Amino acid sequence: MAQQRFVWPLISFVFVFGLWELAGRWPISLAFPPFSKTALALLRMTVDGSLPKAYLSTLQPLVIGIVLCGIAGIGFGIGMGLSRTIEWFSLPIFIILQAAPMAAIIPLITYIYGIGLTAKVLAVVVLAAPVVVMNSYKGIRNTNASLVQMCRAFLGTRRQEVVKIILPHAGALIFAGLRLGLAMGFIGIVIAELMITPTGIGDLISYHSSVADYPEMFAAIFSIIALAALAIHGLERLERKLFPPEIRGA
Amino acid sequence: MPAEAIVEVRGAGKSYDGTVEALRDVSLALPQGGLSTLLGPSGCGKTTLLKIIAGLIPPSAGEVWVKGKKVDGPGPERAFVFQDFALLPWATVLRNVAFGLELRGVTPEQRHDIARGYIEKVGLKGFETSYPHQLSGGMRQRVGLARALAVDADIILMDEPFSSVDEQTRRKFQEELLDLLKIERKTVIFVTHSIEEAAYLSDQIVLLSPRPGTVSRIIHPAIERGGKNPDEIRRDKNYLDVVDEIWQILKRYVV
Repeated sequence: MAQQRFVWPLISFVFVFGLWELAGRWPISLAFPPFSKTALALLRMTVDGSLPKAYLSTLQPLVIGIVLCGIAGIGFGIGMGLSRTIEWFSLPIFIILQAAPMAAIIPLITYIYGIGLTAKVLAVVVLAAPVVVMNSYKGIRNTNASLVQMCRAFLGTRRQEVVKIILPHAGALIFAGLRLGLAMGFIGIVIAELMITPTGIGDLISYHSSVADYPEMFAAIFSIIALAALAIHGLERLERKLFPPEIRGA
Repeated sequence: MPAEAIVEVRGAGKSYDGTVEALRDVSLALPQGGLSTLLGPSGCGKTTLLKIIAGLIPPSAGEVWVKGKKVDGPGPERAFVFQDFALLPWATVLRNVAFGLELRGVTPEQRHDIARGYIEKVGLKGFETSYPHQLSGGMRQRVGLARALAVDADIILMDEPFSSVDEQTRRKFQEELLDLLKIERKTVIFVTHSIEEAAYLSDQIVLLSPRPGTVSRIIHPAIERGGKNPDEIRRDKNYLDVVDEIWQILKRYVV
């Protein structure tokens, strides 16, 4: 069984990379390198330090942005869930933010905050915050009414109701919001680096594209996709460990 | 009435949004140490009445007095058993049973000690570390009952506690409930829509008519329980008469 868990994904990877190799060798386009060349370029860029250096500058604003969303976004979402007043004046804003194509306002950030770290962090926050806030809010709002009534019947205070019933009940949804927020954060950071601040992995992509080093360009793209997929998959597994479906509230 | 009333309901009414009237002018006296049943067809407001007595829902009219004090919210002398069990899915049986004490700030050693005692009394010894999803419906309701007993309230309010439990489990549970309540000397107010259940368990049956709920009749089944086993009670002439009497009244409300 344990072996099977590895065999199928492995077959899947071999199949996809094999197709990639074939398509690159055909070639369908001069700008589309085969898998082997891309893999070599990835190795080269890792060894010469350009890839690690790019990631250092990409991950810093991503982590800062996600931590900010984790603290302020979750806090705000919980506030919205608990207080009718906060909900009343901020729910419409977040509904609009969640529906709007937030990537469109990233150029606007440059006008206001220039091209530094602040702008990159903001790009992450602008994309990640709505889903983090809305999930926390929904988690709180979906509290099982019967459990809240039980808490009151056994003389629980409002504070105990929040700490012992509402928050544990919302935990799984809040965490899921953070995971979706991270996925949005990856989008935000790459857009920011492509559009406003030519640094980090975005710069690596656009630079190699402009000098027609296509294997390097694809290696950079491939690496950021792989990193995002691994990070989000990791969070998903952590989520299932922390909140097993059978004992979570929501 | 043999015993003094521990719960008095005076002219209680409840309407929602000023249009839907669930209860109208309900007055009741529930004797100390007895088991009273609120019985009626669905939509007669029996659960609403129970939750008003519990202090979970404020009445729109009238008032409820418990042990000589007017009810304006839940109190330590009342404990509630919920129809849907209302157990914390992320907590073990032990924590769930001790939860009422946890909310009251009892130390962990003390409350776990008390909880273990009641877990044993409701027949769940060995399941202390299980989670609710690992238990059957009947066992979950035993946890709910143990939680209500653990806070040592005088009055146990039970809202259709056996409605999501299968018939065999229900009968077994009813018998054990009677034994347990005899030992624990609780006053019980029990909501049900089962005529047999009401006749089998109750010292006093309050029949409610539907929409809006009003007291239609109060019956005191004179079933001699002493020394009889449950199966003898279920064949007792008085028991069967009570069941029939209730049915004659209730069938008028069934459309």
